[in-house]
Amino acid sequence: MNIHNKRLNKFLSAAFVTLIYIFLYLPIAIIVFFSFNSSKLNVVFQGFTLQWYGVMFQNGDLMSALKNTAIVAVSSVVISVFIGTLAAIGMFRYEFKGKSIVDSFLYIPIVIPEIVMGISLLAFYHILSISLGILTLILAHVTFSMPYVVVTVRSRLSGYDMSLEEAAMDLGATRMHTLTRITLPIIAPGILAGAMLALTLSLDDVIVSFFTTGVDSVTLPIYIFNKVKTGVSPDINALITVIILVTLLVMLLMRTFDARTSKKEQA
Amino acid sequence: MAQVSEKVMVELHNVDKSYGDNKVVKNLNLQIQEGEFLTMLGPSGCGKTTTLRMIAGFEDVTAGAVIIEGENVVNKPPYQRNVNTVFQNYALFPHMNVYDNIAFGLTEKKVNKEEIRQRVGEMLSLVQMDGYETRRPSQMSGGQKQRVAIARALVNRPKVLLLDEPLGALDLKLRKQMQVELKHLQRQLGITFVYVTHDQEESLTMSDRIAVMNNGVIEQIGPPDKIYNRPATKFVADFIGESNIFEASVVSINGDNLKVIFETGGAEVSASGFNQDEMVYISVRPEKLKCSIDAVPGFNLRGTVKEHIYVGSISKTIIELPNGQNLKMSLLTGTPLLPQGENVWVYWEKDDTVVLHTNEETLYNLIEQVPKIEVRV
Repeated sequence: MNIHNKRLNKFLSAAFVTLIYIFLYLPIAIIVFFSFNSSKLNVVFQGFTLQWYGVMFQNGDLMSALKNTAIVAVSSVVISVFIGTLAAIGMFRYEFKGKSIVDSFLYIPIVIPEIVMGISLLAFYHILSISLGILTLILAHVTFSMPYVVVTVRSRLSGYDMSLEEAAMDLGATRMHTLTRITLPIIAPGILAGAMLALTLSLDDVIVSFFTTGVDSVTLPIYIFNKVKTGVSPDINALITVIILVTLLVMLLMRTFDARTSKKEQA
Repeated sequence: MAQVSEKVMVELHNVDKSYGDNKVVKNLNLQIQEGEFLTMLGPSGCGKTTTLRMIAGFEDVTAGAVIIEGENVVNKPPYQRNVNTVFQNYALFPHMNVYDNIAFGLTEKKVNKEEIRQRVGEMLSLVQMDGYETRRPSQMSGGQKQRVAIARALVNRPKVLLLDEPLGALDLKLRKQMQVELKHLQRQLGITFVYVTHDQEESLTMSDRIAVMNNGVIEQIGPPDKIYNRPATKFVADFIGESNIFEASVVSINGDNLKVIFETGGAEVSASGFNQDEMVYISVRPEKLKCSIDAVPGFNLRGTVKEHIYVGSISKTIIELPNGQNLKMSLLTGTPLLPQGENVWVYWEKDDTVVLHTNEETLYNLIEQVPKIEVRV
């Protein structure tokens, strides 16, 4: 083996990795780039401008879609985290008849095609004559995100030592205190991961939302989706840039939180 | 052991525990005195841990009463019982440091901060862990965790401390050291200790009284020397220390002197309360067994020296009887040993035997057939 070959190897692997990252990030970079473009078309760059960021905030439809998305995301995350965490703890702790059936039914929303779920929910709401709107949207989002919360919380619980709860009660803690002082803090990383997953799912869901939303509860992904048919306007580029920024920020925060908790627990 | 008083601190009254059809604890009656160090000893699956957990309140009783300081607590949850537990796996809260772990019980009782600080400090000194306040459980060794677990329980000043094989996970040397420390701690504080272990040596070292459990019942309860020297059943004779056990038949009775015969010979033992022709067990400790080249009056038991096993301070000699039974004899190392293959007469002092009624036998055989499952939920 000679040095020449080694160099070539090194170069090839570096090039390969670079290509992968270009493939992943170039589309995003282009969107960000064109959000500063003074031309209305995403084809040629005519000059730098921040005007689309202003336009974005004046676009009433866009802002109401953003508001709806936020409402749906926050409500569905809160509800699915609450139900999902309790379900995970209950399923972990108690043995009951039909547990395995309940268990497998829990995973169906994860594997079922979204289109099937969307249509079923639509039919379901129709039968109950619930008019479509923000409420049906929230319920739909809870339906598909809750199982993910259960799964992440349960995986966190799998290493959980039940004698910790016995120890807490032995030391005078009621069941409620045991839950709030021992169980929840220990499984908090799992709950947080579940919440993040549910949030992401809710934020960019198109298919299920498409079937379960009403006229005045259009969410951002649906709005953008509709807009794409007539061409993406630059203010959407601006909005996407903002979303990317927020996502990066949240990821950074998660990273530091993660690093802190794992440092605390280093086994 | 001055603190052991006549006051009954914990009483189990006709306690039953079953999981479905599986009876784990059967009609258990036990009184534990204030300041006493009581050990529940038995093989895994004998119900000792379940019994401890019923006192703590982690398990419901199927029937019977658990009385702590004169009050039946069977319907009280663990957090309303004035007992604390030290768990086998320590069960320290991983998201809290040592200080917060120890302070947990006091914060639950809403003790003021200043007093908590003082009491946690006292406890840390008591278990020799000063300066470890900010350590996390993951940053400590097994022995240190065990000390913190003990401090966390004792800081609440419980009337009774329950210990579930607390030293099981420690290495031998540390275990021996902790045994002594725990015993000192118990005497110093005068708290009633209920200690569960399967280690018979540990129980002999530490306890005021030992309750030997098997298959959900207490086979014998008493001070260590009594349990060792006067086992009440074949199980106890077998489980505590080593025993040479013969199935024998009583051929003649003369006062306290019994002549017995067994498959491979005959012997004289001293015991009372037995009948002519009764089937009995004769149990002789290895250190009480003797052998001689010449015949010994009263004994007709021959064997062959099969091998010597060096165990440190003592040496064990295995003597094989004509029927294949191996007798264990232990001698202080340094005592001249008989050569291997030598035919010898085996004997013992009449008073060094324990004679047991065989009606235990049927029970014992039954026990052997029951699958032994340690039930922990």
